[in-house]
Amino acid sequence: MSSKQQSVTAVSLGVGFATGVYAISFGALSVAAGLDLWQTMALSLLMFSGGSQFAFIGVIATGAGVVPAILSAWLLGVRNGFYAIRMNPVLSVRGLLMPVAAQLTIDESNAVSLLGEPDRKKERLGFWLTGIAVFVFWNIFTFLGAVLGSQIGNPTDWGLDAAAGAAFLGLIWPRLSQSKFLALAVSSALVAILLSEVLPAGVPVLLTALLAVGFWLFGMRGGKK
Amino acid sequence: MTLWSAVLISSALVYSWKLFGYLVPEKFVSNPKIKELSALLTVALLAALVGIQTFVSTEGIAIDARVPALALAGLLFYLRVPFVVVVVVAAAIAALLRVFF
Repeated sequence: MSSKQQSVTAVSLGVGFATGVYAISFGALSVAAGLDLWQTMALSLLMFSGGSQFAFIGVIATGAGVVPAILSAWLLGVRNGFYAIRMNPVLSVRGLLMPVAAQLTIDESNAVSLLGEPDRKKERLGFWLTGIAVFVFWNIFTFLGAVLGSQIGNPTDWGLDAAAGAAFLGLIWPRLSQSKFLALAVSSALVAILLSEVLPAGVPVLLTALLAVGFWLFGMRGGKK
Repeated sequence: MTLWSAVLISSALVYSWKLFGYLVPEKFVSNPKIKELSALLTVALLAALVGIQTFVSTEGIAIDARVPALALAGLLFYLRVPFVVVVVVAAAIAALLRVFF
């Protein structure tokens, strides 16, 4: 195994663990919102998309009912669709592997894969290792969170919220040396932060997709800049 | 509608987005322009997540231990420190700052 592939493995496992530990919060909050252990586990195993899962239990906890909960989870899942479009030609999966790849298509697996571009082998390895690592850790820690509840303390006491931000920053870091990506990243972060004051959780992040489309159209029209 | 059916229906709906991307013909999505758009979308969404995870709390926009932790992480990535080390250091700094302040 080359040193490049070893570093893909290290990043995949690191991301998998850092993200997975966060599911302790999900498990604990889900039970507090009124779901039982098995409903909580079903969300982590079947929905397997952090943003949508937190939205679902968040709406249930407010007592707004199941229909708004379903709609928010669905809406927040859109970005996995964008990632799936990116992963489709990279993986070119057929048959039974395709639905498995689809389930593992989340922020982290797509981002680690993007890190490997343009080396197709690293793109694939990063996707599968990260997807599987996040899935395993996410479900283990969901279970622990749901069973132990608040006994294990708050993930923020361990700085895990800062770890999540640092991990995502590291995944896009190599792209930021290009001015176009740097400008897009800074404006997306600013827009999302400001919109978070007026829009429900999750929606500001989704709206930055429009910024990406804007940069894309501008880049095509202006050619090289 | 029971809570169980809501769990299953919403999981299926979230999965439908994931599956959708793989059902689009590969010829269309391997177009270089679509690849460029996919890279831009990934960077925009992740940068937005970094912003939210660092500057937004349940009470709104907030500057706390996460901000110096992220700044340090940026510096360490710039210095080419390995990814996993940076993530662990960021968590440790945030945790320590919360103990002392």
